[in-house]
Amino acid sequence: MSNDKKELAVAALRHGTVIDHIPSSAVFKAVKILGLENTPHAVTIGCNLASAKLGTKGIIKVADLVFDNATLNRIAIIAPSAVVNTIRDYEVVDKRPVALPDTIVGIVRCTNPKCITNNEPMATKFDVIQREPQVEIRCHYCNHTVPGPEAKIL
Amino acid sequence: MNSNSLVSIADISREEILSLLERARYFEEHPNSKILDGRVVATLFFEPSTRTRLSFETAVNRLGGRIIGFSDPGTSSSAKGETLKDTIKMVSNYADLIVMRHYLEGAARYATEVTDIPIVNAGDGANQHPSQTMLDLYSIYKTQGRLNDLTITMVGDLKYGRTVHSLLMAMKYFKPKFIFVAAKELAMPQEYKDFCDAEGIQYTETTDFSPEVINQSDIIYMTRVQRERFTDPMEYERVKDLYTLHNAMLADSRPNLKILHPLPRVNEIDIDVDDNPKAYYFEQARNGLFARQAIITRALGINPLDTAEK
Repeated sequence: MSNDKKELAVAALRHGTVIDHIPSSAVFKAVKILGLENTPHAVTIGCNLASAKLGTKGIIKVADLVFDNATLNRIAIIAPSAVVNTIRDYEVVDKRPVALPDTIVGIVRCTNPKCITNNEPMATKFDVIQREPQVEIRCHYCNHTVPGPEAKIL
Repeated sequence: MNSNSLVSIADISREEILSLLERARYFEEHPNSKILDGRVVATLFFEPSTRTRLSFETAVNRLGGRIIGFSDPGTSSSAKGETLKDTIKMVSNYADLIVMRHYLEGAARYATEVTDIPIVNAGDGANQHPSQTMLDLYSIYKTQGRLNDLTITMVGDLKYGRTVHSLLMAMKYFKPKFIFVAAKELAMPQEYKDFCDAEGIQYTETTDFSPEVINQSDIIYMTRVQRERFTDPMEYERVKDLYTLHNAMLADSRPNLKILHPLPRVNEIDIDVDDNPKAYYFEQARNGLFARQAIITRALGINPLDTAEK
């Protein structure tokens, strides 16, 4: 059954990008991080789909758009298990997992209200201090740690 | 970004800590060396802290440097809405070193990123206060003759106490054994216990400030238990006297034991302890001067031991 779904999800797209294996709870954050809220391209969002790996998963399909790696890797904070498929003429021409960088600049808001980054016009910066079993990031400035799934996206 | 800045004790190595302690010892012997002649140090206190400011300013004055700055942010341009970045950039034009205290956490780290002159963090909210840690280390080193293999008992507010967290982290190089004594509400946070586990540091936790605990300690580090930390006022009333040290409790303690406290003290150390030679908290505060002279000269790239030879 999951095979059918995958085929359907990929086959529906002629050119573009399919981001699969996103935790359901992170789908809309991923949409925001990728800047898809204002894109003119066709976007299909799937949520709470059956997944052997995650229980339920989300999927994002974007027609006629290929993202650079730096942009895609930004979603690794909330969706470290995500897999990116690049589609050309209905074929998957590239398939790779997202890679979490060691530092994350300007994507996540610090949850500490007394952090300098919430009180000064400046970019936030987090260091990834744990990757397994759950992503954990630490504010470079105030040292507060935030579990990846709870990260507030700017 | 100036690499001589000191934002967090975690930024400096074991060797740098030991070198700072050597400098502090030198300054204790020569507190009035005029090695900062012609240097200007800015003390920017965005949050008032008389004790820390006086200690830093005395350190500069005794070394012959000059001071500019403010101790009340109400009189500075930050009250007009100037950003921290702009204040730091402006002051960088005038001073060779900025000593800053700020109510926001991470302010000192950010300051190092917007200027090339060194920044010394004199406290950023509940985050870091490395000069306090250096004076604690110097006090331990001076009274025990070493930093290695000591049993250090931390008592009181271990949850919110910034000084105990920083001291714990700095001691990782010196194979300590910790005893954490606190009420459940104020117990040492899990992240610091995880830190001990990761660094192979032995620790035990107890709610009982017992003779057994006291009698095996080389250092007892007392902290203030603040009423406002408790959600239940009855609970505060119940525990507040359990973590008060009285002179009689020290009867069978080790001869080398010293009692430390970052001050201000309220009632967690009874005044009958003050006359015991094991009470060290007032000398500890005095060591802050030497520790800060060491930090300031390191930040400015001046080695007092070189200058002394000339």
